[in-house]
Amino acid sequence: METAMQNANPEPIVVLDQVNKWYGDFHVLRDVSLSVGRGEKIVVCGPSGSGKSTSIRCINRLEEHQEGRIVVDGTEVDADVRRIEAVRRKVGMVFQNFNLFPHLTVLDNLTLGPVRAQGVRRDEAQARAIELLKRVRIPEQALKFPGQLSGGQQQRVAIARALMLQPQVMLFDEPTSALDPEMIHEVLDVMTELAQAGMTMICVTHEMSFARKVADLVVFMDAGEIVEAAPPEEFFSAPKSERTRLFLSQVLH
Amino acid sequence: MGRRTLVSRAVVPAPGQRRAPPAQAGGLLPWLRRNFFRSPLNALATLLSLAAIAAALPRLARWAVTDAVWSSPDAEACKQAAGACWAVVPEKYRVMLFGTFPYDEQWRGMLAVAVILGLALYCALARPSARAVAASWLAAMAAVFVLMLGGVLGLEPVGTHAWGGLPLTLIMFVGTVAGGVPLGVVLALGRRSSMPAIRAVCVGFIEVVRGLPLVTVLFMASLMLPLFMPEGMSIDKFLRAQIAMTLFFAAYAAEVVRGGLQAIGKGQYEAADTVGLSYRQKMAYVILPQVGRIVLPSMMNEIIRAFKNTTFIGIIGMFDVLRATSTAIQDPVWVRYSIEAYLFIALLYFVMCYGMSRHSARIEDELTVRR
Repeated sequence: METAMQNANPEPIVVLDQVNKWYGDFHVLRDVSLSVGRGEKIVVCGPSGSGKSTSIRCINRLEEHQEGRIVVDGTEVDADVRRIEAVRRKVGMVFQNFNLFPHLTVLDNLTLGPVRAQGVRRDEAQARAIELLKRVRIPEQALKFPGQLSGGQQQRVAIARALMLQPQVMLFDEPTSALDPEMIHEVLDVMTELAQAGMTMICVTHEMSFARKVADLVVFMDAGEIVEAAPPEEFFSAPKSERTRLFLSQVLH
Repeated sequence: MGRRTLVSRAVVPAPGQRRAPPAQAGGLLPWLRRNFFRSPLNALATLLSLAAIAAALPRLARWAVTDAVWSSPDAEACKQAAGACWAVVPEKYRVMLFGTFPYDEQWRGMLAVAVILGLALYCALARPSARAVAASWLAAMAAVFVLMLGGVLGLEPVGTHAWGGLPLTLIMFVGTVAGGVPLGVVLALGRRSSMPAIRAVCVGFIEVVRGLPLVTVLFMASLMLPLFMPEGMSIDKFLRAQIAMTLFFAAYAAEVVRGGLQAIGKGQYEAADTVGLSYRQKMAYVILPQVGRIVLPSMMNEIIRAFKNTTFIGIIGMFDVLRATSTAIQDPVWVRYSIEAYLFIALLYFVMCYGMSRHSARIEDELTVRR
C-alpha cells in the first residue's frame, strides 16, 4: 500500500483539471482536480448528491463536463467521438446496478464487446472470458442468463466484463450499494484482488473498510467539490475538515 | 424500557419436518363449485349463461348442420331447405379465393398460397435462426412473384391488375409487415435522434399517417399519386397500394417500437458504451433485441390488425379475398346465400389470425421462462 508514497514522481494516467459541470443552473461539480497515478487506487466518498458519481462518469464521458480538462493516458476527453471511443477502450466501468445485458448469457455478456467492437476472434474472446470468470470465481455460471444469478454474482460478472477489454483504469460506481449485505464481501474480495494485481482503480464507495485496506488516496467530496484528500491512515485518524468528520461519524458506527 | 409488560410474542415451532401443502379437494363437483358456483351471484350468472346457450344452440345447430345443404350445383336444393346453404362455397370458391386471376392459371395462385402458408408454418414450428427466416422469406417471395407474374419459364404473363383473392391478400400482408417493421424501427429510432431535422421528419411522418384513416391513405395512393407523376410515367396500382399499406403500418409499428425503447433503462446504453460498442452495434446487439422481446405482444397485435386491414384494398378496386367474395355472390343464383359465403371467409380470417395470436403467445411464454 505504500508504493504510491515510494514512487517519487509517478506519471498520472488520469487527470481531472479544474473540472466544472452544471445541470441547468445547478453547479454539480466545482473545480474538481484529481490526478491518478498508474497502479494507484483512489476511493471517492461523500454524501449522496456530492458529485462523486458524476465525477467518475465524466472520465469516460458518460457525462459531459463544461469546463476544465480531463485527460486519460494522454488522450483528452472532449466532444470528439473518436477520442471518446479511444478513452472508453482504456477505461472499464462497473455500475451500481450491474447493467448486464439480460438477453445474453454470461459468456456472451463478456465476449460481445471484444468480438463486435474490437474484432477479436470469438474462440479467443471466449477463452479470455472463461479465464476472467475463473478469476471472479464463477466459471460454472458461464452459460446462465444474468437473471438467474444473485446480485453478488451479477456484479462479479460485470467486473469480468469490464476487464475483457484489458483496460488501463477501472471505474467503480458504488459497486456494492445495490447488494444484499451478505453479498458485499464477495464483490469487495474480487476488487481487492484486482487492486493487489496492480490495476489502477477509482472507486466511489461507502465501504470504508475497503478504503482503509486498499486505497492509496481517499477523496472526500461534498456539494460538488473535493473537501479533503489524504492517504487512508491520515484520512480516518485525523480528518482536517469539519464536514469530513461529520460524514465519518455517520458512516463509521 | 422494560418496565411495561411485553405483549408482542413470537413462537418458535417445535422441531419437525417440512410438509407438503394441504391437498385441494379433487373431483368434478368441487371443481364445478370453485369455478361456476362460488357465490350466489356467480351461480346466477352460470345458470343464465346456460339458459341462453340452451335457447340458442339447438336452433343454430339446426340451421348450420341438420337442415343445411352441403352441395347443390344450381342452388335448387337450397331454396327448399330451411338451413344454411353451404353449397355456395364449393360452387364459388374459385372466385372467392382467386378473384379475377385467369381461371386456367389459378393453380399458380394456389401454389403461391401454399408457399407462403407453408413457410409461415415452418418458421413458426421449426423456429430457424433469424438469418434463415429472412433469407427463406426473401427467396419464397421472389418465387411467389415469378409464379404470379409469369412471363418466364413458359408461364403466361398475368398483370398485377388481374391478381386477386387469397394470393393477393397474403402477398399484400407479407409485403406490409416485411417492409413496415424495419421502417417502423428506423422511424422510432429517428424519433429519438439527437439531430432535430431527422427527429422532425420522423415525428411529422408518424403523426400525419396516424392522423389519417387507412382508406384516405389508400385513396391518395391510388388516385392522387398518379396526378403528381410526370406524363407517361406510372407506378403499378398494386405497388402503390403496397407502399400505402406499408407506410401506414410502419407509423403504427414505430409507435410500438418507441414504447419498447422507452422501457430500456439508461444503464443498458451506458454499459454498451463502456464495452466499446458503436451506435449501430449498441442498437443491433443490446437495445433492439431487448425491445423486440418487450414489444412482441403489441407488435403481433398490430400485425394481426394489418392482416385484417388488407381488406381495405377492396375499396380502391382490388380484389382481395373479401372483395372477391362479394363479387362472387353477385351471381343472381347465389346472391341470397351471401351470409354463408361471408361466414366461410370469416372462418378463413379467424383461423389465420388465431394462428398468429397463438404463435405470439407461445413465444411470450418461452421468453418469460427464460427471464
